[in-house]
Amino acid sequence: MSTLPDGDHGAGPVPARRLRVAVWKFASCDGCQLQLLDAVGRWPALLGRIEFVQFLEASSRVEPGPYDVGIVEGSVSTPQDVVRIREVRRQCRFLLTIGACATSGGIQALRNWGRVEDFVAAVYASPDTIEALATSTGIAEHVPVDFELRGCPVDTAQLADVLVALATGRTPRVPSTSVCAECKAAGVVCVAVTRGIPCLGPVTQAGCGALCPAHGRECFGCFGPAEATNLPALSAHYEATGTPRGRLLPLVRGICGWAPAFRAEAERLADAPGEPAP
Amino acid sequence: MGPPTDTAAPLELGPAGLDRLVCILAETHRVIGPTVADGAVVLREIASAAELPVGWIDEQEGGRYRLHADASAGPFDHVVGPFSLKNFLFPPRETVALLERGAEGWRSRPPEGAPRALAVVGVRGCDLAALAIQDRVFLGSGHVDPAYQARRRDLILVAVDCRRAAPTCFCHSTGSGPAACDAGAGRVADLTLVDLGPGPAGSAAEDLGIEPSAARRFACRAGTLRGAAILGRLRAEGLAGSLAPADSELSAAVPRATAARLAARGPGERHLDTEGLRDLLFDRLDHPRWDDVAARCLACTNCTLVCPTCFCASVTEIPALDAERVERERRWESCFSLDHSRMHGRAVRHSTAARYRQWLTHKLAGWIDQFGVSGCTGCGRCITWCPVGIDLTAEVAALRAPPPASEGGRA
Amino acid sequence: MTPPPAGRAALPGSLAADPWRSHAARIVAIRDEAPGVRGYDLELCDSAVREAYRFRPGQFNMLLLPGIGEAAISIASDPDAPHRLTHTVRAVGNVTDALARRCEGDEILLRGPFGTPWPLGALEGGDVIVVAGGLGLASQRAAILTLARQRNAYRRVVVLAGAKAPAGLLYAGEDAAWRAAGIEVERVVESADAGWRGAVGLVTDLVARLGDGRRAGVLCCGPDGMMRAVAAAAAGVGIGPERVWVSMERPMSCAVGQCGLCQFGPFFVCLDGPVFRYDRVARLLEIPGL
Repeated sequence: MSTLPDGDHGAGPVPARRLRVAVWKFASCDGCQLQLLDAVGRWPALLGRIEFVQFLEASSRVEPGPYDVGIVEGSVSTPQDVVRIREVRRQCRFLLTIGACATSGGIQALRNWGRVEDFVAAVYASPDTIEALATSTGIAEHVPVDFELRGCPVDTAQLADVLVALATGRTPRVPSTSVCAECKAAGVVCVAVTRGIPCLGPVTQAGCGALCPAHGRECFGCFGPAEATNLPALSAHYEATGTPRGRLLPLVRGICGWAPAFRAEAERLADAPGEPAP
Repeated sequence: MGPPTDTAAPLELGPAGLDRLVCILAETHRVIGPTVADGAVVLREIASAAELPVGWIDEQEGGRYRLHADASAGPFDHVVGPFSLKNFLFPPRETVALLERGAEGWRSRPPEGAPRALAVVGVRGCDLAALAIQDRVFLGSGHVDPAYQARRRDLILVAVDCRRAAPTCFCHSTGSGPAACDAGAGRVADLTLVDLGPGPAGSAAEDLGIEPSAARRFACRAGTLRGAAILGRLRAEGLAGSLAPADSELSAAVPRATAARLAARGPGERHLDTEGLRDLLFDRLDHPRWDDVAARCLACTNCTLVCPTCFCASVTEIPALDAERVERERRWESCFSLDHSRMHGRAVRHSTAARYRQWLTHKLAGWIDQFGVSGCTGCGRCITWCPVGIDLTAEVAALRAPPPASEGGRA
Repeated sequence: MTPPPAGRAALPGSLAADPWRSHAARIVAIRDEAPGVRGYDLELCDSAVREAYRFRPGQFNMLLLPGIGEAAISIASDPDAPHRLTHTVRAVGNVTDALARRCEGDEILLRGPFGTPWPLGALEGGDVIVVAGGLGLASQRAAILTLARQRNAYRRVVVLAGAKAPAGLLYAGEDAAWRAAGIEVERVVESADAGWRGAVGLVTDLVARLGDGRRAGVLCCGPDGMMRAVAAAAAGVGIGPERVWVSMERPMSCAVGQCGLCQFGPFFVCLDGPVFRYDRVARLLEIPGL
């Protein structure tokens, strides 16, 4: 990734000028913004390196751009979002997108496999007042993004690390391996091997600390596809060992279902001959 | 302490003796032993022998592990689970250096604090073999890893001869079991236990016709002076006594019977042909089988992380936010991750075929050049804990077939 | 402690006790060597460490920037003056980018030296051909300075250095000094600019024109593909693979054969290399993704 040109010298002294950071919300639940607040709460020293000049979840302060760093939560879901994200991009030297919604469209991208008019009609009393795009998509499908931090929600420690990395001119330390590596490091026993639960851990990027498997649940793919992965082989194994396709498909289409590798597998599962998808 | 006079002669240990052994170890060490948690026999700190997995039997195959209640199962009738000595001696995360900024600028110093010494109960032959291999990595190639050395020095090992082998076990192919100890092969434990009681179906106890009514008793042999001292203390306390000649014969017969079961495996059952394997693998670097296995492999890293000998690691800088202190943390790395071979932004081993090839050829061939021994101890963990059940013994068998002359595989 | 296997260098005392121990080093000079490439002269801060420090041509140090990371960098200065250690570094990643923002007077941390050296002793009495591609010359400068000082121990000494463009030629200002010491220096670029009066092409072309190489040894450093081409060209003039040495690069975390990252076939590049006799690695270099 590119770094800001005035980064100081690594773990050097706190810079004289803090990075001016602005935060925007698009279609999202606000959970990643709460993680940002949590990060600052856990590590107040972050505020020695960055300054929030617009962060409506935390403060009514609004300063005009341009900004050193723009942090965007949420997906592009309405015609207005398409316009607004271009303006955000214009105002930010570095654009950081956070969370499953901003990086791959989020859980609301489930609508990408249906007809948005049907959903709108089912939910709203006056559907004609709703303006919604047919798809929910990640920010990078609309404007260039400098760094994507994944997760549903993002991990506070990773978020803090990215902010410090930006302030100090180094590469963020975000793992590229699978959730399995986190299970093994934490001593979590594999739920897929011991209980036959279809788990997305082997194909999902690490970052959550193996949260769900540590509680005996399968991985839902919140951090999106791992850098190197092979979803068809995993699906084939789960199907061969008794998991119906009707259970696999919603798992793959879940939190990060519109991320390219998950989306391709969801389409393959839906199209491939065999047990019909629900 | 003078040399013991009868280290070679095993003593008999009853159930109370086993429990007392754990208590004696716990006086000075953190005792790690097998226990049931999360549907598997895991290695964790135990406070007494009551926590051992009595009454549980594991079922293992490629990509599959299940625990079943079995009233005939003794405390060590399970075989190896997802953890090994590696989890404790070469932990997944460890600080290797501390960097601190003082008046003089940045200075590097060793991490502070020595962790509590470890005693591990129930160690099998394959894991003693793996320990001997990790010793070569961290102590034996001209440089010493200080933290590993400290843990290794204080480590007490209580080994067990296997009465059962899972279908995934193949220590008979790698010469690393089922008898736990073999001093000539570097497999040494302070104490070695042989369960003389009844055993579940498929165990050596069954083969030897041990009556189900027999009480749970162990033959216990010391393999070091430290082990002899512990055994002597148990004897002084009246918890270890002479072993009857018949039981002495039985204790020797148990690992032999397990070995005979393994040796009797048919052609369709698991074994690894190691004959000429190093040269064969280096000769087959462009075999099409690498692409074949890559179509099944998830590159998820599980095989390398459960392997008791895999030692790859990378160091991550963890700076304190006040910027005055940095921990350099060593974390397990895996040759299945792209980061493992990333150089100037690009992975040298960018295909899964190249990464699987790296793992298998390193484990079974490169290791021999690097450390004088194969990196495989036949424990079978990589088979059981692969989410899709890829079996390295099957991959090796396929690689032994000459590649088709017309099409060369590419990794 | 077990002695190191044959062919590997024993580590200096401080590293043998704790291979993770780094030492503070001050940046005493920084030079621009090429676009994006700088030379950093380092001086170890602790006088006892500095006095004990020795290295051989071809070895490398692990340079550590606290909070950023560590990188393996060849030592490019004269082994006879080990108090001042030159590292020629291209800013291409996390650590090297951060190093590029350091100033003279700043301190970093260093551990080393590591790795196998160029086999200068074995080549005495014969011709030595140093062949470099781009930044590869950085790993050979220590050898060139040694050859210059011990010039009488060798017959012909030739440096063939190539780069993509004239600006990428390293140490071009030192050609006169090397020639004055009796070293033939030839520079070649793949694409010339207006001011370039030298040869245009590949270093392999220069190797092919060397003439009878039967008493020569080749020291080669550059990208994997370039080293294979040089070895092939050397074979064409009678220099067999057992008289060619190459310096390899792979990612590295520990530099002492314990992290596994630098594996190349059966080798650890940190311990068995970086300098390998070509016949030991020739086949491995031909396999993609090894």
